[in-house]
Amino acid sequence: MGVSESYARGRELFTSNPTGFALRAGLILGLVLLGVDLVRQVATGSLDAARLGIVIKSGILRGLVIGLAGIGLSMTYSILNFANFSHGDYITWGAFSGWAVTYLIAGGFGSEANIGSLLLVGANGSVFGGTLGIGVWTTPVAVFAGLLVAGGATIALALAVDKYVYKPIRDRSGITLLITSIGVAFALRYLMLFVFGGSKRGVTTSQPDWALTLSDGTVNFGAHDVALAAVSVVLMVGVHLLLQRTKLGKAMRAMADNQDLARVTGIPTEQVVRYTWIIGGGLTGVAGFMFVLWKGTLGYFDGWLLLLLIFAAVILGGIGSIYGAIVGGLIIGLTADLAVIWIPSAFGRAAAFAVMIVFLLVRPQGIFGGIETA
Amino acid sequence: MSDTEVDPPDAGGATAGAESADGDDAEATAEGPGALAESSPEFEDVPLKVEGLRKEFGGIVAVDDTSFEVEAGTMTGLIGPNGAGKSTTFNCITGVHRPTAGNVQFNGEEITGLSPHQVANRGLVRTFQIARELEEMTVMENMMLAPKGQQGETLWRSLLPWSRQAVVEQEKEVLERCWDILEFFDIDHLAHEYAGNLSGGQRKLLELARALLTEPDMLLLDEPFAGVNPSLEERLLDHIHELREEGYTFLIVEHDMDLIMENCSRVIVMHQGNVLMEGTPSEVRSNEEVIEAYLGGNQ
Amino acid sequence: MSVVERISGEIEERFDSDLEMVLGLLAAIYAVYFGTALIIGFSPRGQINAIANLTFYIGVFGLLALALNLHWGYTGLFNIGIVGFMAVGIYVMAVAAKSPEGTASGAGGFGLPIWLAIVVGTLAAALLGVTVALPALRLRADYLAIVTIAMSEIVRFTFLSGTFQEFTLLGYDTGFGGGSGLLWGFDPLMSFIEFAYLTGPYNALVDLTGTVIRNNPEPVVQNLLYGVVLLLFVVAYYVVLRRLGNSPFGRVLKAIREDEEATQSLGKDTNRFKIKAFMLGCALMGLGGILWYMQAGTITPNTFRPRLTFYIWIALIIGGAGSNTGSVLGGAVFAAALFQGPLYLKNVIETVFEVDAPNSFGQAMGPLVSSIDPVPLIYYVVGNIRSLQRVIMGLALIWLMHNRPQGLLGHRKEEAASIPLRAGRRTTGTEAAATDGGRDVGGEGDE
Repeated sequence: MGVSESYARGRELFTSNPTGFALRAGLILGLVLLGVDLVRQVATGSLDAARLGIVIKSGILRGLVIGLAGIGLSMTYSILNFANFSHGDYITWGAFSGWAVTYLIAGGFGSEANIGSLLLVGANGSVFGGTLGIGVWTTPVAVFAGLLVAGGATIALALAVDKYVYKPIRDRSGITLLITSIGVAFALRYLMLFVFGGSKRGVTTSQPDWALTLSDGTVNFGAHDVALAAVSVVLMVGVHLLLQRTKLGKAMRAMADNQDLARVTGIPTEQVVRYTWIIGGGLTGVAGFMFVLWKGTLGYFDGWLLLLLIFAAVILGGIGSIYGAIVGGLIIGLTADLAVIWIPSAFGRAAAFAVMIVFLLVRPQGIFGGIETA
Repeated sequence: MSDTEVDPPDAGGATAGAESADGDDAEATAEGPGALAESSPEFEDVPLKVEGLRKEFGGIVAVDDTSFEVEAGTMTGLIGPNGAGKSTTFNCITGVHRPTAGNVQFNGEEITGLSPHQVANRGLVRTFQIARELEEMTVMENMMLAPKGQQGETLWRSLLPWSRQAVVEQEKEVLERCWDILEFFDIDHLAHEYAGNLSGGQRKLLELARALLTEPDMLLLDEPFAGVNPSLEERLLDHIHELREEGYTFLIVEHDMDLIMENCSRVIVMHQGNVLMEGTPSEVRSNEEVIEAYLGGNQ
Repeated sequence: MSVVERISGEIEERFDSDLEMVLGLLAAIYAVYFGTALIIGFSPRGQINAIANLTFYIGVFGLLALALNLHWGYTGLFNIGIVGFMAVGIYVMAVAAKSPEGTASGAGGFGLPIWLAIVVGTLAAALLGVTVALPALRLRADYLAIVTIAMSEIVRFTFLSGTFQEFTLLGYDTGFGGGSGLLWGFDPLMSFIEFAYLTGPYNALVDLTGTVIRNNPEPVVQNLLYGVVLLLFVVAYYVVLRRLGNSPFGRVLKAIREDEEATQSLGKDTNRFKIKAFMLGCALMGLGGILWYMQAGTITPNTFRPRLTFYIWIALIIGGAGSNTGSVLGGAVFAAALFQGPLYLKNVIETVFEVDAPNSFGQAMGPLVSSIDPVPLIYYVVGNIRSLQRVIMGLALIWLMHNRPQGLLGHRKEEAASIPLRAGRRTTGTEAAATDGGRDVGGEGDE
């Protein structure tokens, strides 16, 4: 992504459309004002620096989850040309499949608790993650195994669903595929509800943490915070290397970058499609697993709740842009968490949605769209 | 064809103006560039005037300082090699694109930057290169869509019992007019066919017929003869000449040079975004620059 | 020709008019429900209640599918924020009609007469529609979808929030109730009965029913009556929308859905048409929400989740987008087979068998694996049929999009005009034969 290129483009975009320019200027001005107010609040003491720190931390971590899951959504949106409304449930699937394995291992394959209950991740309170002492520090093997399975199982799911559901109608309109994905979402989510039950379980036990002392309090960085950050960064770097250094990556970039070329050459090759689902599915499954590890609870609705936030991130970043999904994720995560400083907590997510809506109206191609996607 | 069937363009123009004044286009005076307080008398001879038109897309200049006039009641051709900027000029005139600079005047009123439906409402109607039939609708439905000032196009009038009768009456009138024009083009036997089932040539006829129903003063035809077989081409040309004699003005973009030279009284040649020259067919044919442009450069 | 095509072809041949089609379907559905109830030996109370509930859901899904058809089937606007408009409709109506004294748990309302509150609620939904429409309708379909669903969630957050739980407006102490929801004491059905001087016949009906249902027949009667009211509204919606669809306005909408640019090139201000169509559809959705919940006495924000929007979409797709009759049929089929059906089945099974559902899927599968005993699993399925029915809905949607995206009647292309177009030419030569020749389609006949 050439910086000077972006700058020249940006400037030209501004001059060609005065109302758009006004809206964007307003947006930037608003952000600056909010930033100033933030500083003011901390300086005057109406907002604890520690609380700000906590909120920023959770915003970034949430943003990493959203970004990780968003990469897959962005890729399918641009390469397969439809908005996948079942993406949230892929996240949940990743979480359940991975955590089943984690429970299994942590429960000693049935020695410490009923094996059925372990596989159902403690449905109906039959077994508790806390009792099993699960956590990245305390049961690293179990957690790591679960993470791998989460990725693998989601890849398997994505490929299977593509083969039986999306492939036969590959040539239909994006709207048809969108509606079909809603069907997939229903089927998947309620199947998981049927099998795993509706209770929300606590899956971890307390882990060591490091305290960062600030002027008026401490910000704790728990082991799971670190784990989430580490896994996300590693995976994102991995994706970056894949895209920049391998032939497949180049093909995918070309595909996402140049829609006209893609259209001229017809429907994307099945191989590109397969890798889209593999990479996207894997990242999504891991994101689901890590999300649950981080927040400590698991429920069948978790993925669906994230879905709109992920859409927001993808749109913000620019559909088809991997880096856009990551940056968009961070922005949305921070917005959702930071917003509660100014507005009632019930509207945190609403603020993120509002940002998305504004972008759709003003700049639907997102931050990185139309410049150089990757 | 009897003379009551198709309204002669002067009356059509007047009613079109009146309708657009009190119909949806209240925004015309509020938003669009101010209409000239008094139309200069010359507009009757020159309904369309393009001055200094310029359109940039990003870094690319598609149209650069294009100016020309189209005289009333003529069939004027707009030709040029590929990439000359003809379609872009069309799109700027009809409001699909907003020109970067320059202005367009129609019937003495400045229409630069108006939206497509506003331009069409003022009597300047275009057809498309690839005929845009509404395939899921029948030919008759396509036709009945076109006329302006249909009472039933509001939310309430066709619903409420006291206004419904007026709508029904008007629908009958519109239906009559549609039949008339379908007969004029000899496609009345297709009236209940779905437009998607028509052949390419029939679609072009439908496109033109439908455009006529809007009672335009002037028609912009975008490659109307592309992919049309010779006999249908002849039929189309006959119809267009007939209409021209009734007073309609035509500006036609075409690639078929012979066709333009044989039928148009004036020809405008574009090249690389500029107007290379304007003149009669014989003037254009013998002009050296034009020959250069076609043979030497791009095409 | 596939099985589906053959069946729908036969259905169409047998039924000359749409009315017959709808009535036929309803008759079949009721026969199944009633017949099953008789065979199983439900109590009269159970039977009538089941029928009443079924009618209720046929009504509401029919209403909302019709409204959605205006947006999507006619104008091509992909609106998946339906619950947002429904929520605004009922919340505003309830607050408007609530008595100012307030209930035990919540603040009061404005005490408006019920009919006026309904109008206000509907207008509020229309207003939200305009607010969304003005900036968003020029977006392409999938972006509009995302905006509408985001909007519906924002609406839900608003009603859920503590901020709007209680507030003062125009001197009235009122509020939306936040997470605990909204309660009200008015009874629209009874108010209407009293207003229309129908108390006499009503009481007679209650007495009559009392002979069959000894104990407390009134709620059952009210249930039934309300179902009938809803069906009447379905008819009203249908008449309005069909008239609108078969008119110059409807014609422009159809054209916009197919090719907006071409429609603009004919001088139509497409944005205006879209906004009007969207507003009307949203008003109808708001009214639909009001009719759905106003008799319930209470609502909570979490009722209005996107899941409900998707139910209505499934109903529309089953029936066929673009067809008003299809919308009604789709609503009926969805309500009978997918929404109420499985629950009814559960009731039936539980009446006949002693169902002891295991607590978890594991406990249900265990016996199957260890001793090939499928009964616990079957019981588990029955007990958890709600989840399974939604899985089936999802699979049904996938199946439809694969095999029959046009649903039951979506392939029908009815001409949009206020007069029949298929008659021949009036004035020229062949008029004798042509004028009344052919079936009268468009205008009066079908849709």
